[in-house]
Formats: sequence, C-alpha cells, structure tokens
Amino acid sequence: MHDDPDHHHHDHDGHHHHGEMSELSETEIRVRALESLLVEKGYVESATVDTLVELYETKIGPRNGARVVARAWVDEHFRQRLLSDGTKAIAELGMGGRGGEHMIIVENTPEIHNLIVCTLCSCYPWPVLGLPPVWYKSAPYRSRAIIDPRGVLADFGVVLPDATKIRVWDSNSELRYLVLPMRPAGSAGLNEDELAALVTRNSMIGTGLALDPKALAT
Amino acid sequence: MNGGHDLGGAHGFGPVVPEPDEPVFHADWEKRVLGLYVAGACTGAWNIDMARFTREDRPAQDYLGWSYYRIWLAGLERLLLETGLVNQTELTGGKAIDPPIALKRVLKADEAEAVMLRGFPAERQVGFQPRFQVGDAVVTRAINPATHTRLPRYARGRRGTIHALHGAHVFPDAHAHGHGEAPHFLYTVHFTARELWGPDTTADSVYLNCWEPYLDPAG
Repeated sequence: MHDDPDHHHHDHDGHHHHGEMSELSETEIRVRALESLLVEKGYVESATVDTLVELYETKIGPRNGARVVARAWVDEHFRQRLLSDGTKAIAELGMGGRGGEHMIIVENTPEIHNLIVCTLCSCYPWPVLGLPPVWYKSAPYRSRAIIDPRGVLADFGVVLPDATKIRVWDSNSELRYLVLPMRPAGSAGLNEDELAALVTRNSMIGTGLALDPKALAT
Repeated sequence: MNGGHDLGGAHGFGPVVPEPDEPVFHADWEKRVLGLYVAGACTGAWNIDMARFTREDRPAQDYLGWSYYRIWLAGLERLLLETGLVNQTELTGGKAIDPPIALKRVLKADEAEAVMLRGFPAERQVGFQPRFQVGDAVVTRAINPATHTRLPRYARGRRGTIHALHGAHVFPDAHAHGHGEAPHFLYTVHFTARELWGPDTTADSVYLNCWEPYLDPAG
C-alpha cells in the first residue's frame, strides 16, 4: 500500500535501519512528542490540527478545481474572467486563500498543452486542487517535467500529437497555476455536474486530459 | 542555495510513478505534521520563505532520501528551535521546560477554515515603478548564493522575454533570512526551451517567475 516513489526514504532517516514499520513508528513517536510539546506550550491546539486535516481531507480537493473547469466550459463569460483574473473568478465560486492567493489559469488548445511543475519544492494550488500527490513532490517529476514533458506525459500514459507545443510553467513564486483542459469531444449534451465528473486532478496539472464521456459511461 | 531541492533538468531519478487512487495522507503522522505546520505558520513566528529554506538547507542525501512530510517535520523542528519557541531538550523529550514565548496568534479550530480561505497574499503596494514591460528582452543573472533563492540553476544567465507583470511581491531571497519583505516587481519570463536546454528537450517553452533583482536588460 506504500508503493509510492518516496517510501524508500525511511531507511535514510539516520536513526533506525530496521525496516519500514519500526521507522514509521519512530517518526510517529517523534510527531506525537512534538504535538504534545506545542500544545503544552500553548502554541498550537490539537482541535485546530484536527480541523485543518479534515478541511484538506474532505472539503478542499480537486473536486473544487473540477467545478471551476466545468463552469468555464459552459459559461464563456466566466471562462474569459477566469483567464484574465483567475483569483477573482475562482472567488466567485467561493474558493481561494492559502496556496492560491494569486491564481493564473492556462488554457489547453489543440495547438498548446500546458504542464505545471514546482522544480524547487511543492508549490501547488491548494484551494482548487487540495494537497499535492506524492509524485508531484517527487524528484522524478520535478527534475524531468521542465526538460522532458513528453517523457513525463508518457509515464502517465498520455501521448500528444507531435505538432502540439508544450509549455511548462515552473511554479516558483506565490503565483499558482491551474490548467484549463480541453473539453472532450462528445460532451455537448452534458450538464455542469456531469462535465465536472470528467475533470481529473491530473488534467488540471497537465499530466492528464479530461475523461472521454464514453469511457465514463461504460 | 544550490541544494538537493533544485532539481530542474537533473537526470537519474527514473520514471514518475503515480499511485492509483492515492489517499490524501499515507499515515496519521503525516496528518499531524500538515496540521502542526499550517497552524505553526499562523503563529507568525516565521514566514513561508524561512520555512522553505529550513526544508532545503540540509544534506542533499537527506532531502532526496526522505519523504516530503518527513522533510516538513524536520523543517518545522528547525523553525521552532531557530525562533526560540522550543529548545532542543524540550524537543527531544516532548515536554516543556521553559515558559512559552508570546505569539502574535494561536489559531483556533473555529477560525481555521476562514483563515485558510482568506490566505496570505504576497503582493504589496510599492512607491516605485517596474523596470521592465511586457515584451522586453531580459537576461537572468548568473548568481549562486548559498542562501535562499527562487531562481533555479537551470535558468541562470539565460535570455528570455517578459510575458507578464504581476505587481510587487515579497522577495523570498531577503524574506527567508530576516531582511524584511523587501517587495520587488514580479514578472513571468518566457524562455524558449532551446535557450535553457539546447536541443535536448521535448518542451517548446518554459515560463518562470522572476523578481526584478533576478533580471537585467538583454543587451
């Protein structure tokens, strides 16, 4: 279940070399000690930690971004506002704030595909996509997306036409990016909620495309 | 700093391995680190640029070998030590010894969502004008500070064009080291992928945000 690219790290902690389970418990003990110290000192409240975790586990995630994209697909005026002032347009849907104070929306077209990376750390548009997946923060993605986006797309099973130009956006400041993916063919009859279901997290980072409605229906 | 975090263009890390149906967290301790980190930042004892520096300023083998939340934990511990909020004995024992330091704010559970929704904008009003306009040809400076910078190695000493001007933003290179917000105009600079990588790239263009001190006019 921990088959993600950075779990080998647990052997490099410098404290334990007895395998993953004991290392995880060591880190757990360390985190518990830290939390009880910060609570005892009055710097942090555990109920606040619970609330923040719940917020990013259940309320703030890629379904938010999918709503933004679906709205842009059905409402041309909203799409224009989104592309000219992303922060303001997203706020119309009640989204914004930490990690998305300055939003830039980049639009995919048949000619241009956009891909977002943070080569220096893990900057990601929290209000619309939630917390980043492990691969987004990993060395393979951060090293290669900026120089070989087609190679990275192949890792995700995405192949673009040779003629499509790829623009890579390095998210190295407090400006945060959201890709507006192309509306898939065959989606003309769908309503906004049905369209939102086609919008994957990866399609809003640029490592995927919006789903084909036919594939979703089967 | 030219640390293990500055990864753009490096070879040898292998393929990207997305995890199907990845959960938001992989362990309970990751949840606590996320919450402690965000709530800790709200105390105002440090800023986001200091936090980034405490994560990247460590042996490259640790940075590259640890999971991201493990790096966050190490960064948070260092911030608490450097700001004097806790001492090493307290950290090791998980028990308070010294009296607490007065903080600007302790985030309450019932205000957490509203505070996150407001966020922490980085744009500032300044009394000076931007040096560059959209369309201007620029060249990034060739710098190698051992301190925090958001100008990655792959884009130093390269020619680009101003794509957008975003107003003045807090300058991380100063802010990370206690030199105040020192806002400078922030630009998105367009580089052809060939300017950065020569022929060995499958990108057409790279867009990078550059604060004005990263840029000179291209002669």
